[in-house]
Amino acid sequence: MKDKIRIASGQGFWGDLITAPIQQVSHGEVDYLVMDYLAEVTMSILQKQKNKNPQLGYAKDIPELMKIILPGCKKKNIKIITNGGGVNPLACAEAVLKVAADLSVKNLKIGVVLGDDIRENIDEIIEKGCPLKNMETGESIITVKDKLLSANVYFGAFPIVEALKRGADIVITGRTTDTGLTLAPMIYEFGWNEIDYDLLSAGTIAGHILECGAQSTGGNFLGDWQSVSNFAEIGFPICEAYPSGEFVITKHHELGGKVSVDTVSEQLLYEIGNPKEYITPDCVADFTTIHLSEEGENRVRVSGIKGYPETEFFKVSCSYADGYSAFGSLTYSWPQALTKAEAADQILRKRLENLGLLFDEIRSEYVGYNSCHGPLAKIINEDDINEIQLRVAVRSHDFKTVERFGKEIAPLILTGPPSVTGFAGGRPKPNEVVAYWPALLPKTFVTPRVEILEI
Amino acid sequence: MKIKLFDIAHGRSGDKGDAANVGIIAYDKKGYEILQKYLTVDAVKKHFEGICLGDVERFELPNLLALNFLLHNTLGGGGTVSLKLDAQGKTLAAALLRMELEVN
Repeated sequence: MKDKIRIASGQGFWGDLITAPIQQVSHGEVDYLVMDYLAEVTMSILQKQKNKNPQLGYAKDIPELMKIILPGCKKKNIKIITNGGGVNPLACAEAVLKVAADLSVKNLKIGVVLGDDIRENIDEIIEKGCPLKNMETGESIITVKDKLLSANVYFGAFPIVEALKRGADIVITGRTTDTGLTLAPMIYEFGWNEIDYDLLSAGTIAGHILECGAQSTGGNFLGDWQSVSNFAEIGFPICEAYPSGEFVITKHHELGGKVSVDTVSEQLLYEIGNPKEYITPDCVADFTTIHLSEEGENRVRVSGIKGYPETEFFKVSCSYADGYSAFGSLTYSWPQALTKAEAADQILRKRLENLGLLFDEIRSEYVGYNSCHGPLAKIINEDDINEIQLRVAVRSHDFKTVERFGKEIAPLILTGPPSVTGFAGGRPKPNEVVAYWPALLPKTFVTPRVEILEI
Repeated sequence: MKIKLFDIAHGRSGDKGDAANVGIIAYDKKGYEILQKYLTVDAVKKHFEGICLGDVERFELPNLLALNFLLHNTLGGGGTVSLKLDAQGKTLAAALLRMELEVN
Protein backbone atom coordinates (compact mmCIF):
# COMPACT_ATOMS: atom_id res chain seq x y z
CA MET A 1 0.00 0.00 0.00
CA LYS A 2 1.25 3.46 -0.86
CA ASP A 3 1.75 5.87 2.04
CA LYS A 4 0.49 8.82 0.02
CA ILE A 5 -0.91 9.65 -3.40
CA ARG A 6 -1.18 12.93 -5.26
CA ILE A 7 -4.43 13.55 -7.12
CA ALA A 8 -4.55 16.49 -9.50
CA SER A 9 -7.72 18.24 -10.61
CA GLY A 10 -7.57 19.06 -14.31
CA GLN A 11 -10.97 20.50 -15.13
CA GLY A 12 -13.82 22.11 -13.20
CA PHE A 13 -16.46 21.94 -15.94
CA TRP A 14 -16.64 21.39 -19.69
CA GLY A 15 -15.32 24.70 -20.96
CA ASP A 16 -12.63 25.17 -18.32
CA LEU A 17 -9.00 26.02 -19.16
CA ILE A 18 -7.90 23.53 -21.82
CA THR A 19 -4.27 23.85 -20.74
CA ALA A 20 -4.92 23.01 -17.06
CA PRO A 21 -4.69 19.19 -17.29
CA ILE A 22 -1.55 19.49 -19.43
CA GLN A 23 0.08 21.68 -16.78
CA GLN A 24 -1.05 19.37 -13.97
CA VAL A 25 0.81 16.38 -15.42
CA SER A 26 3.91 18.28 -16.53
CA HIS A 27 4.83 20.70 -13.71
CA GLY A 28 5.48 18.14 -10.96
CA GLU A 29 4.73 14.70 -9.57
CA VAL A 30 1.16 13.45 -9.60
CA ASP A 31 -0.31 9.94 -9.49
CA TYR A 32 -3.83 10.66 -10.74
CA LEU A 33 -5.45 13.25 -12.97
CA VAL A 34 -9.18 13.68 -12.32
CA MET A 35 -11.44 15.70 -14.59
CA ASP A 36 -15.03 16.71 -14.05
CA TYR A 37 -16.77 17.68 -17.29
CA LEU A 38 -20.42 17.33 -16.37
CA ALA A 39 -22.74 20.05 -15.20
CA GLU A 40 -26.47 19.27 -15.25
CA VAL A 41 -26.97 21.17 -18.48
CA THR A 42 -24.13 19.25 -20.13
CA MET A 43 -25.98 15.92 -20.15
CA SER A 44 -28.84 17.29 -22.25
CA ILE A 45 -26.43 18.94 -24.71
CA LEU A 46 -24.55 15.66 -25.07
CA GLN A 47 -27.77 13.71 -25.53
CA LYS A 48 -28.76 16.05 -28.38
CA GLN A 49 -25.37 15.47 -30.02
CA LYS A 50 -25.79 11.71 -29.64
CA ASN A 51 -29.30 11.87 -31.17
CA LYS A 52 -27.76 13.43 -34.27
CA ASN A 53 -24.76 11.13 -34.37
CA PRO A 54 -24.68 7.89 -32.32
CA GLN A 55 -20.86 8.11 -32.18
CA LEU A 56 -20.99 11.37 -30.20
CA GLY A 57 -22.39 12.32 -26.79
CA TYR A 58 -19.14 12.72 -24.82
CA ALA A 59 -16.78 15.64 -24.13
CA LYS A 60 -14.94 15.93 -27.44
CA ASP A 61 -12.10 17.73 -25.68
CA ILE A 62 -10.98 14.41 -24.21
CA PRO A 63 -9.49 12.71 -27.31
CA GLU A 64 -7.89 16.05 -28.25
CA LEU A 65 -6.35 16.31 -24.77
CA MET A 66 -5.18 12.69 -24.92
CA LYS A 67 -3.19 13.41 -28.06
CA ILE A 68 -1.07 15.71 -25.91
CA ILE A 69 -0.88 13.98 -22.53
CA LEU A 70 -1.43 10.27 -23.14
CA PRO A 71 2.14 9.16 -23.96
CA GLY A 72 3.57 11.07 -20.98
CA CYS A 73 0.90 9.84 -18.58
CA LYS A 74 1.40 6.22 -19.68
CA LYS A 75 5.17 6.55 -19.26
CA LYS A 76 4.92 8.16 -15.82
CA ASN A 77 2.03 5.85 -14.82
CA ILE A 78 -0.35 8.74 -14.15
CA LYS A 79 -3.86 7.32 -14.16
CA ILE A 80 -6.67 9.43 -15.58
CA ILE A 81 -10.24 9.43 -14.27
CA THR A 82 -13.02 11.46 -15.89
CA ASN A 83 -16.79 11.62 -16.14
CA GLY A 84 -16.46 13.22 -19.58
CA GLY A 85 -17.92 10.07 -21.17
CA GLY A 86 -21.24 11.88 -20.78
CA VAL A 87 -24.06 9.90 -22.38
CA ASN A 88 -21.69 7.80 -24.49
CA PRO A 89 -18.67 6.69 -22.43
CA LEU A 90 -17.98 3.69 -24.70
CA ALA A 91 -17.63 5.92 -27.79
CA CYS A 92 -15.36 8.22 -25.77
CA ALA A 93 -13.18 5.25 -24.77
CA GLU A 94 -13.02 4.07 -28.38
CA ALA A 95 -11.98 7.55 -29.52
CA VAL A 96 -9.20 7.54 -26.89
CA LEU A 97 -8.09 4.04 -28.00
CA LYS A 98 -7.82 5.36 -31.54
CA VAL A 99 -5.61 8.21 -30.31
CA ALA A 100 -3.47 5.64 -28.46
CA ALA A 101 -3.15 3.53 -31.62
CA ASP A 102 -2.19 6.58 -33.70
CA LEU A 103 0.49 7.45 -31.15
CA SER A 104 1.68 3.83 -30.85
CA VAL A 105 0.88 3.72 -27.14
CA LYS A 106 0.79 0.04 -26.15
CA ASN A 107 -0.67 -1.97 -23.25
CA LEU A 108 -3.31 0.60 -22.46
CA LYS A 109 -6.43 -0.40 -20.55
CA ILE A 110 -9.47 1.83 -20.41
CA GLY A 111 -12.17 1.12 -17.86
CA VAL A 112 -15.65 2.25 -18.84
CA VAL A 113 -18.41 2.67 -16.27
CA LEU A 114 -21.86 2.00 -17.73
CA GLY A 115 -25.42 1.69 -16.53
CA ASP A 116 -26.15 5.24 -15.38
CA ASP A 117 -28.28 6.07 -18.43
CA ILE A 118 -31.88 5.10 -17.60
CA ARG A 119 -33.67 7.06 -20.32
CA GLU A 120 -34.83 3.87 -22.05
CA ASN A 121 -35.93 2.26 -18.78
CA ILE A 122 -38.27 4.91 -17.39
CA ASP A 123 -41.47 2.91 -18.07
CA GLU A 124 -40.01 -0.20 -16.47
CA ILE A 125 -38.91 1.79 -13.41
CA ILE A 126 -42.37 3.33 -13.02
CA GLU A 127 -43.98 -0.12 -13.44
CA LYS A 128 -41.75 -1.56 -10.75
CA GLY A 129 -43.13 1.05 -8.37
CA CYS A 130 -40.79 4.06 -8.45
CA PRO A 131 -42.57 7.13 -9.94
CA LEU A 132 -39.31 9.15 -9.91
CA LYS A 133 -41.10 11.97 -8.12
CA ASN A 134 -39.62 15.43 -8.51
CA MET A 135 -37.69 16.11 -5.30
CA GLU A 136 -38.86 19.72 -5.28
CA THR A 137 -42.51 19.47 -6.39
CA GLY A 138 -43.43 15.85 -5.60
CA GLU A 139 -44.96 15.31 -9.09
CA SER A 140 -44.57 11.97 -10.88
CA ILE A 141 -42.23 11.93 -13.87
CA ILE A 142 -45.16 10.83 -16.04
CA THR A 143 -46.05 14.53 -16.46
CA VAL A 144 -42.85 15.20 -18.46
CA LYS A 145 -42.07 11.71 -19.77
CA ASP A 146 -42.71 12.60 -23.42
CA LYS A 147 -40.39 15.62 -23.25
CA LEU A 148 -37.44 13.88 -21.57
CA LEU A 149 -34.04 14.65 -23.09
CA SER A 150 -31.84 12.71 -20.67
CA ALA A 151 -32.12 10.66 -17.49
CA ASN A 152 -29.06 9.58 -15.55
CA VAL A 153 -28.28 8.04 -12.20
CA TYR A 154 -25.39 9.51 -10.24
CA PHE A 155 -23.00 6.65 -9.48
CA GLY A 156 -20.33 6.96 -6.80
CA ALA A 157 -16.69 5.95 -6.49
CA PHE A 158 -16.95 2.15 -6.34
CA PRO A 159 -17.48 1.35 -10.04
CA ILE A 160 -14.30 3.38 -10.73
CA VAL A 161 -12.50 1.40 -8.01
CA GLU A 162 -13.52 -1.81 -9.78
CA ALA A 163 -12.08 -0.49 -13.06
CA LEU A 164 -8.81 0.40 -11.30
CA LYS A 165 -8.65 -3.05 -9.71
CA ARG A 166 -9.01 -4.56 -13.17
CA GLY A 167 -5.93 -2.66 -14.27
CA ALA A 168 -7.38 0.43 -15.96
CA ASP A 169 -4.92 3.20 -16.81
CA ILE A 170 -7.84 5.46 -17.74
CA VAL A 171 -11.37 5.35 -16.37
CA ILE A 172 -14.15 7.00 -18.36
CA THR A 173 -17.61 7.24 -16.84
CA GLY A 174 -20.98 8.72 -17.59
CA ARG A 175 -22.86 10.44 -14.79
CA THR A 176 -20.58 9.76 -11.84
CA THR A 177 -20.54 12.23 -8.95
CA ASP A 178 -17.79 14.81 -9.17
CA THR A 179 -16.59 13.76 -5.72
CA GLY A 180 -16.41 10.06 -6.65
CA LEU A 181 -13.66 10.79 -9.19
CA THR A 182 -11.30 11.85 -6.39
CA LEU A 183 -12.50 9.40 -3.74
CA ALA A 184 -12.03 6.35 -5.98
CA PRO A 185 -8.20 6.37 -6.15
CA MET A 186 -8.00 6.71 -2.36
CA ILE A 187 -10.25 3.67 -1.85
CA TYR A 188 -8.23 1.73 -4.41
CA GLU A 189 -4.74 2.67 -3.22
CA PHE A 190 -5.38 2.60 0.54
CA GLY A 191 -7.72 -0.41 0.60
CA TRP A 192 -10.58 1.46 2.28
CA ASN A 193 -13.81 -0.48 2.80
CA GLU A 194 -17.41 0.32 1.96
CA ILE A 195 -18.17 0.86 5.64
CA ASP A 196 -15.21 3.12 6.47
CA TYR A 197 -17.56 6.08 6.53
CA ASP A 198 -15.13 8.58 8.07
CA LEU A 199 -12.53 7.75 5.42
CA LEU A 200 -15.06 7.77 2.59
CA SER A 201 -16.30 11.15 3.83
CA ALA A 202 -12.75 12.49 3.91
CA GLY A 203 -12.20 11.43 0.31
CA THR A 204 -15.58 12.86 -0.65
CA ILE A 205 -14.72 16.23 0.87
CA ALA A 206 -11.37 16.16 -0.93
CA GLY A 207 -13.41 15.60 -4.08
CA HIS A 208 -15.63 18.57 -3.29
CA ILE A 209 -12.53 20.76 -2.93
CA LEU A 210 -11.14 19.54 -6.28
CA GLU A 211 -14.32 19.35 -8.34
CA CYS A 212 -14.46 23.00 -9.39
CA GLY A 213 -10.85 23.22 -10.47
CA ALA A 214 -9.13 26.48 -9.55
CA GLN A 215 -12.05 27.63 -7.39
CA SER A 216 -10.04 26.26 -4.43
CA THR A 217 -6.72 27.76 -5.54
CA GLY A 218 -7.66 31.42 -5.82
CA GLY A 219 -10.11 31.49 -8.71
CA ASN A 220 -13.36 33.36 -7.94
CA PHE A 221 -11.93 34.11 -4.49
CA LEU A 222 -14.00 36.81 -2.79
CA GLY A 223 -11.55 37.28 0.08
CA ASP A 224 -8.36 39.19 -0.66
CA TRP A 225 -8.50 38.31 -4.36
CA GLN A 226 -5.72 40.72 -5.28
CA SER A 227 -3.32 38.64 -3.17
CA VAL A 228 -3.69 35.75 -5.63
CA SER A 229 -0.53 35.56 -7.71
CA ASN A 230 -0.31 35.04 -11.46
CA PHE A 231 -3.95 34.38 -12.35
CA ALA A 232 -2.84 34.00 -15.98
CA GLU A 233 -1.09 30.73 -15.15
CA ILE A 234 -3.22 29.67 -12.20
CA GLY A 235 -2.39 26.26 -10.78
CA PHE A 236 -5.29 23.85 -10.30
CA PRO A 237 -5.58 22.03 -6.96
CA ILE A 238 -3.69 18.91 -6.01
CA CYS A 239 -4.81 16.67 -3.15
CA GLU A 240 -1.99 14.89 -1.35
CA ALA A 241 -3.91 12.07 0.31
CA TYR A 242 -2.87 9.77 3.17
CA PRO A 243 -4.29 6.38 4.25
CA SER A 244 -5.51 7.92 7.55
CA GLY A 245 -8.02 10.08 5.68
CA GLU A 246 -6.02 13.25 6.26
CA PHE A 247 -5.04 15.18 3.17
CA VAL A 248 -3.27 18.33 2.08
CA ILE A 249 -4.58 20.68 -0.61
CA THR A 250 -1.73 22.24 -2.57
CA LYS A 251 -0.69 23.16 -6.14
CA HIS A 252 2.40 23.02 -8.31
CA HIS A 253 4.94 25.60 -7.02
CA GLU A 254 5.77 27.21 -10.32
CA LEU A 255 2.17 27.88 -11.27
CA GLY A 256 0.10 30.82 -10.04
CA GLY A 257 -2.84 30.93 -7.65
CA LYS A 258 -3.12 30.69 -3.90
CA VAL A 259 -3.97 27.89 -1.47
CA SER A 260 -4.97 29.16 1.97
CA VAL A 261 -7.55 28.37 4.64
CA ASP A 262 -9.63 31.18 3.13
CA THR A 263 -9.51 29.92 -0.47
CA VAL A 264 -10.29 26.34 0.58
CA SER A 265 -13.08 27.47 2.93
CA GLU A 266 -14.84 29.31 0.11
CA GLN A 267 -14.86 26.18 -2.04
CA LEU A 268 -16.10 24.08 0.89
CA LEU A 269 -19.10 26.42 1.20
CA TYR A 270 -19.86 26.25 -2.53
CA GLU A 271 -23.20 24.76 -3.53
CA ILE A 272 -23.85 22.94 -0.28
CA GLY A 273 -27.10 22.61 1.63
CA ASN A 274 -27.19 21.23 5.16
CA PRO A 275 -23.47 20.91 5.97
CA LYS A 276 -24.09 17.98 8.32
CA GLU A 277 -25.67 15.96 5.51
CA TYR A 278 -23.63 16.12 2.32
CA ILE A 279 -25.18 13.13 0.59
CA THR A 280 -23.36 11.10 -2.05
CA PRO A 281 -23.89 7.51 -3.25
CA ASP A 282 -20.87 6.51 -1.12
CA CYS A 283 -21.55 8.12 2.28
CA VAL A 284 -23.04 11.11 4.07
CA ALA A 285 -20.23 13.53 4.92
CA ASP A 286 -20.37 15.99 7.81
CA PHE A 287 -18.83 19.33 6.83
CA THR A 288 -19.01 20.58 10.42
CA THR A 289 -16.19 18.18 11.38
CA ILE A 290 -13.65 19.54 8.89
CA HIS A 291 -10.51 21.01 10.42
CA LEU A 292 -8.28 23.22 8.24
CA SER A 293 -4.75 24.38 9.03
CA GLU A 294 -2.04 26.06 6.98
CA GLU A 295 1.11 23.95 7.24
CA GLY A 296 3.27 25.86 4.77
CA GLU A 297 3.10 28.10 1.74
CA ASN A 298 0.17 27.02 -0.43
CA ARG A 299 -0.43 23.94 1.72
CA VAL A 300 -3.65 23.45 3.70
CA ARG A 301 -4.04 20.32 5.81
CA VAL A 302 -7.55 18.91 6.14
CA SER A 303 -8.31 16.57 9.03
CA GLY A 304 -10.89 15.40 11.56
CA ILE A 305 -13.59 14.46 9.05
CA LYS A 306 -16.50 12.29 10.16
CA GLY A 307 -19.29 10.75 8.16
CA TYR A 308 -22.20 8.37 8.15
CA PRO A 309 -23.59 5.47 6.10
CA GLU A 310 -24.85 6.12 2.61
CA THR A 311 -28.60 6.32 1.94
CA GLU A 312 -30.60 3.64 0.12
CA PHE A 313 -31.13 5.86 -2.92
CA PHE A 314 -29.30 7.02 -5.98
CA LYS A 315 -29.97 10.57 -7.09
CA VAL A 316 -31.32 10.78 -10.62
CA SER A 317 -31.01 13.83 -12.82
CA CYS A 318 -33.42 14.09 -15.73
CA SER A 319 -33.69 16.92 -18.22
CA TYR A 320 -36.67 17.80 -20.38
CA ALA A 321 -37.60 20.34 -23.03
CA ASP A 322 -39.62 23.16 -21.50
CA GLY A 323 -40.28 25.84 -24.14
CA TYR A 324 -38.06 28.56 -25.56
CA SER A 325 -36.24 31.66 -24.41
CA ALA A 326 -34.31 34.51 -25.98
CA PHE A 327 -32.64 37.67 -24.82
CA GLY A 328 -31.61 40.88 -26.51
CA SER A 329 -29.65 43.91 -25.38
CA LEU A 330 -28.98 47.53 -26.28
CA THR A 331 -26.60 50.03 -24.69
CA TYR A 332 -27.51 53.63 -23.83
CA SER A 333 -24.88 56.29 -23.05
CA TRP A 334 -24.76 59.41 -20.87
CA PRO A 335 -26.71 61.61 -20.39
CA GLN A 336 -29.66 59.96 -18.59
CA ALA A 337 -28.44 56.51 -19.58
CA LEU A 338 -30.68 54.66 -17.12
CA THR A 339 -33.76 56.79 -17.82
CA LYS A 340 -33.36 56.15 -21.55
CA ALA A 341 -32.88 52.41 -21.06
CA GLU A 342 -36.01 52.27 -18.88
CA ALA A 343 -37.99 54.21 -21.48
CA ALA A 344 -36.81 51.83 -24.21
CA ASP A 345 -37.97 48.89 -22.09
CA GLN A 346 -41.44 50.45 -21.76
CA ILE A 347 -41.66 51.07 -25.51
CA LEU A 348 -40.60 47.50 -26.25
CA ARG A 349 -43.16 46.04 -23.84
CA LYS A 350 -45.92 48.17 -25.33
CA ARG A 351 -45.03 46.95 -28.84
CA LEU A 352 -45.01 43.32 -27.71
CA GLU A 353 -48.41 43.89 -26.09
CA ASN A 354 -49.77 45.53 -29.26
CA LEU A 355 -48.62 42.47 -31.23
CA GLY A 356 -50.64 40.31 -28.85
CA LEU A 357 -47.60 38.29 -27.83
CA LEU A 358 -48.03 36.42 -24.56
CA PHE A 359 -44.95 35.28 -22.65
CA ASP A 360 -44.58 33.06 -19.59
CA GLU A 361 -42.12 35.66 -18.34
CA ILE A 362 -40.47 38.90 -19.48
CA ARG A 363 -37.51 40.11 -17.49
CA SER A 364 -35.69 43.43 -17.92
CA GLU A 365 -32.36 44.11 -16.28
CA TYR A 366 -30.03 47.09 -16.46
CA VAL A 367 -26.41 45.96 -16.75
CA GLY A 368 -24.26 48.55 -15.01
CA TYR A 369 -27.01 49.14 -12.46
CA ASN A 370 -29.02 46.22 -11.05
CA SER A 371 -28.54 43.01 -13.06
CA CYS A 372 -26.55 41.36 -10.27
CA HIS A 373 -27.95 42.71 -7.02
CA GLY A 374 -31.49 43.72 -8.02
CA PRO A 375 -33.23 45.93 -5.47
CA LEU A 376 -30.03 46.19 -3.40
CA ALA A 377 -28.54 48.43 -6.11
CA LYS A 378 -28.73 52.12 -5.28
CA ILE A 379 -28.19 54.93 -7.79
CA ILE A 380 -26.75 58.01 -6.13
CA ASN A 381 -26.52 60.39 -9.10
CA GLU A 382 -27.58 59.39 -12.61
CA ASP A 383 -25.26 62.02 -14.08
CA ASP A 384 -22.30 59.86 -12.91
CA ILE A 385 -23.48 56.88 -14.94
CA ASN A 386 -21.64 56.66 -18.24
CA GLU A 387 -23.64 53.89 -19.87
CA ILE A 388 -26.30 51.27 -19.20
CA GLN A 389 -27.05 48.08 -21.08
CA LEU A 390 -30.73 47.16 -21.27
CA ARG A 391 -31.07 43.38 -21.25
CA VAL A 392 -34.52 41.96 -21.93
CA ALA A 393 -35.19 38.22 -21.77
CA VAL A 394 -38.40 36.35 -22.55
CA ARG A 395 -39.65 32.81 -22.14
CA SER A 396 -42.64 31.06 -23.79
CA HIS A 397 -43.73 27.59 -24.81
CA ASP A 398 -44.53 28.97 -28.28
CA PHE A 399 -41.50 29.11 -30.58
CA LYS A 400 -42.99 31.74 -32.88
CA THR A 401 -43.74 34.09 -30.00
CA VAL A 402 -40.11 34.01 -28.89
CA GLU A 403 -38.89 34.35 -32.47
CA ARG A 404 -41.12 37.42 -32.99
CA PHE A 405 -39.66 39.06 -29.87
CA GLY A 406 -36.24 38.81 -31.53
CA LYS A 407 -37.44 41.11 -34.31
CA GLU A 408 -38.39 43.92 -31.93
CA ILE A 409 -34.95 44.75 -30.46
CA ALA A 410 -33.09 46.32 -33.42
CA PRO A 411 -35.93 48.68 -34.41
CA LEU A 412 -35.49 50.51 -31.09
CA ILE A 413 -32.27 52.00 -32.44
CA LEU A 414 -34.12 54.20 -34.95
CA THR A 415 -37.48 54.39 -33.21
CA GLY A 416 -36.67 55.04 -29.55
CA PRO A 417 -34.51 57.05 -27.13
CA PRO A 418 -31.18 58.46 -28.40
CA SER A 419 -27.46 57.64 -28.01
CA VAL A 420 -28.05 53.93 -28.32
CA THR A 421 -25.65 51.34 -29.66
CA GLY A 422 -24.49 47.76 -29.16
CA PHE A 423 -26.83 45.87 -31.44
CA ALA A 424 -24.58 43.50 -33.27
CA GLY A 425 -24.70 39.85 -34.11
CA GLY A 426 -28.20 39.78 -35.57
CA ARG A 427 -31.62 39.13 -34.12
CA PRO A 428 -31.83 37.18 -30.86
CA LYS A 429 -32.59 33.54 -31.66
CA PRO A 430 -34.90 31.33 -29.60
CA ASN A 431 -33.06 28.76 -27.48
CA GLU A 432 -34.69 25.58 -26.25
CA VAL A 433 -35.17 25.76 -22.49
CA VAL A 434 -33.95 22.63 -20.73
CA ALA A 435 -35.49 22.10 -17.33
CA TYR A 436 -34.36 19.70 -14.60
CA TRP A 437 -36.11 16.94 -12.84
CA PRO A 438 -34.21 15.74 -9.78
CA ALA A 439 -35.47 12.46 -8.31
CA LEU A 440 -34.46 9.52 -6.13
CA LEU A 441 -34.24 5.89 -7.18
CA PRO A 442 -33.78 2.92 -4.80
CA LYS A 443 -30.28 1.53 -5.33
CA THR A 444 -31.70 -1.93 -6.04
CA PHE A 445 -33.15 -0.67 -9.36
CA VAL A 446 -29.84 -0.22 -11.21
CA THR A 447 -26.42 -1.84 -11.20
CA PRO A 448 -23.29 -0.18 -12.52
CA ARG A 449 -21.26 -2.21 -15.04
CA VAL A 450 -17.58 -1.94 -15.84
CA GLU A 451 -16.10 -2.85 -19.20
CA ILE A 452 -12.41 -2.89 -20.01
CA LEU A 453 -11.18 -1.94 -23.49
CA GLU A 454 -7.53 -2.45 -24.30
CA ILE A 455 -4.90 -2.02 -26.96
CA MET B 1 -22.00 50.40 16.41
CA LYS B 2 -22.45 49.67 12.71
CA ILE B 3 -20.31 46.99 11.11
CA LYS B 4 -20.07 46.31 7.40
CA LEU B 5 -20.29 42.59 6.80
CA PHE B 6 -17.77 43.01 3.98
CA ASP B 7 -15.13 44.16 6.52
CA ILE B 8 -15.36 41.03 8.70
CA ALA B 9 -16.23 38.24 6.24
CA HIS B 10 -15.92 36.81 2.75
CA GLY B 11 -17.93 34.11 1.02
CA ARG B 12 -19.11 32.28 -2.06
CA SER B 13 -22.51 31.59 -3.59
CA GLY B 14 -23.98 29.23 -6.15
CA ASP B 15 -27.13 27.44 -7.21
CA LYS B 16 -29.02 24.43 -5.92
CA GLY B 17 -32.01 24.21 -8.25
CA ASP B 18 -34.10 27.34 -7.79
CA ALA B 19 -32.42 27.97 -4.43
CA ALA B 20 -29.21 29.93 -4.03
CA ASN B 21 -26.62 28.85 -1.52
CA VAL B 22 -24.73 31.69 0.13
CA GLY B 23 -21.76 30.79 2.33
CA ILE B 24 -20.37 33.55 4.53
CA ILE B 25 -17.00 33.07 6.25
CA ALA B 26 -15.64 35.28 9.05
CA TYR B 27 -11.97 36.25 8.94
CA ASP B 28 -11.56 35.51 12.68
CA LYS B 29 -13.33 34.13 15.75
CA LYS B 30 -14.58 37.50 16.88
CA GLY B 31 -16.11 38.02 13.46
CA TYR B 32 -17.78 34.61 13.63
CA GLU B 33 -19.36 35.51 16.98
CA ILE B 34 -20.87 38.57 15.32
CA LEU B 35 -22.16 36.49 12.41
CA GLN B 36 -23.58 33.91 14.77
CA LYS B 37 -25.41 36.52 16.85
CA TYR B 38 -26.54 39.05 14.26
CA LEU B 39 -26.68 37.36 10.87
CA THR B 40 -30.03 35.73 11.53
CA VAL B 41 -32.58 34.19 9.18
CA ASP B 42 -34.77 37.28 9.58
CA ALA B 43 -31.91 39.69 8.84
CA VAL B 44 -30.98 37.79 5.67
CA LYS B 45 -34.59 37.44 4.56
CA LYS B 46 -35.10 41.20 4.97
CA HIS B 47 -31.83 42.03 3.15
CA PHE B 48 -32.87 39.92 0.15
CA GLU B 49 -36.42 41.28 -0.04
CA GLY B 50 -37.50 41.23 -3.69
CA ILE B 51 -34.71 38.76 -4.55
CA CYS B 52 -35.42 35.76 -2.30
CA LEU B 53 -39.12 34.95 -2.69
CA GLY B 54 -39.10 31.84 -0.49
CA ASP B 55 -37.82 30.65 2.87
CA VAL B 56 -34.31 31.19 4.17
CA GLU B 57 -32.52 28.29 5.87
CA ARG B 58 -29.43 28.92 8.01
CA PHE B 59 -26.71 26.43 8.99
CA GLU B 60 -23.72 26.95 11.30
CA LEU B 61 -20.19 25.68 10.59
CA PRO B 62 -18.23 26.96 13.62
CA ASN B 63 -15.25 24.84 12.51
CA LEU B 64 -14.90 27.00 9.38
CA LEU B 65 -16.10 30.22 11.11
CA ALA B 66 -18.89 30.11 8.57
CA LEU B 67 -22.64 30.24 8.07
CA ASN B 68 -24.41 28.70 5.10
CA PHE B 69 -27.72 30.07 3.88
CA LEU B 70 -30.15 28.48 1.46
CA LEU B 71 -32.36 31.09 -0.18
CA HIS B 72 -35.34 29.26 -1.67
CA ASN B 73 -37.26 30.48 -4.74
CA THR B 74 -34.53 32.96 -5.66
CA LEU B 75 -33.11 32.17 -9.10
CA GLY B 76 -36.12 32.65 -11.35
CA GLY B 77 -36.72 28.93 -11.85
CA GLY B 78 -33.14 27.71 -11.60
CA GLY B 79 -30.01 27.47 -13.73
CA THR B 80 -31.22 26.87 -17.27
CA VAL B 81 -34.83 28.06 -17.02
CA SER B 82 -33.99 31.39 -15.39
CA LEU B 83 -33.97 34.59 -17.45
CA LYS B 84 -31.67 36.33 -14.98
CA LEU B 85 -28.20 37.41 -16.04
CA ASP B 86 -27.00 35.89 -12.76
CA ALA B 87 -29.06 32.72 -13.16
CA GLN B 88 -26.79 30.76 -10.81
CA GLY B 89 -26.64 33.30 -7.99
CA LYS B 90 -22.90 33.68 -8.37
CA THR B 91 -22.93 37.30 -7.17
CA LEU B 92 -25.26 36.83 -4.21
CA ALA B 93 -22.45 36.30 -1.67
CA ALA B 94 -21.17 39.75 -2.60
CA ALA B 95 -24.76 41.02 -2.35
CA LEU B 96 -25.03 39.75 1.22
CA LEU B 97 -21.68 41.31 2.15
CA ARG B 98 -23.24 44.73 1.38
CA MET B 99 -25.22 44.34 4.60
CA GLU B 100 -24.53 46.54 7.63
CA LEU B 101 -25.06 45.01 11.05
CA GLU B 102 -26.02 47.01 14.14
CA VAL B 103 -23.76 45.42 16.75
CA ASN B 104 -23.93 46.12 20.49
